[in-house]
Amino acid sequence: MDSQNIMFIVLAVVITLSSVLTVVTRSIMRAATYLFFTLLGTAGLYFLMGYTFLGAVQVMVYAGGIIVLYVFAILLTRGTKDSLSENTKSKIILSAVLSLVGFGLAAYLIFIQQFKAEVLAAPNESVLTMQQIGTNMLSTDQGGYLLPFEAVSVLLLACIVAGLMIARKR
Amino acid sequence: MIQIEYFLIVAAVMMFAGIFGFLTRRSTLAILLSIELMLNATDINFAVFNRLMYPAGHEGYFFSLFSIAISAAESAIAIAIMINIYRQMKDISIDKLQKLKW
Repeated sequence: MDSQNIMFIVLAVVITLSSVLTVVTRSIMRAATYLFFTLLGTAGLYFLMGYTFLGAVQVMVYAGGIIVLYVFAILLTRGTKDSLSENTKSKIILSAVLSLVGFGLAAYLIFIQQFKAEVLAAPNESVLTMQQIGTNMLSTDQGGYLLPFEAVSVLLLACIVAGLMIARKR
Repeated sequence: MIQIEYFLIVAAVMMFAGIFGFLTRRSTLAILLSIELMLNATDINFAVFNRLMYPAGHEGYFFSLFSIAISAAESAIAIAIMINIYRQMKDISIDKLQKLKW
């Protein structure tokens, strides 16, 4: 068994356990911590596929930015006493059955689908090099992403202004 | 041997864990955490389908990059709204947020 397969199994176990624990744990602070581990595991999956820049963006934006924002919001709003037990038992069971049936259906569809049977190879960065990413991001040719790039920058500006407007003290 | 399809199973586990949390949580911040789980699962799917079906292309790759940027913006705004609601009502549980109903 090669090292990338062992790495995938470790990451899959970490992601599965912590994403389930994110939604069933009592304390919302612990839920945020488990979500942090899920996001780091996702970055590991990107690295394993050879998409190193995407993994780095995942670590920086999600794990470094969004989780810190959530932790601050949890501490500011005293929302630490969220619990599953306030729900009626029938609602929890119904939601669990719905999720399990949906997961079973998705897994079945993935397995009967005849994808190209590609075995996970050792990750290498030449799948999509840094130079290609930069060129595509700032080009207007076919396969260029200049317009979405600029639209996202305007969106982030609007987001800053709106965040200040909504959350300011009156 | 591990095949690349197995990434999709991991993403499906994450997606349906997020759906379960979305349906059962009472605090709005916990619901937002579940939404982040679901968004993350879709990002994995974009990257995996790009790697699996079109290894020479890069459409799914850029789609997940932009999706990450947009979900960061979304959660920042949502948290600003939550903090504002908390200032006005001292509670962010969805049982108490009924001013906009009817």
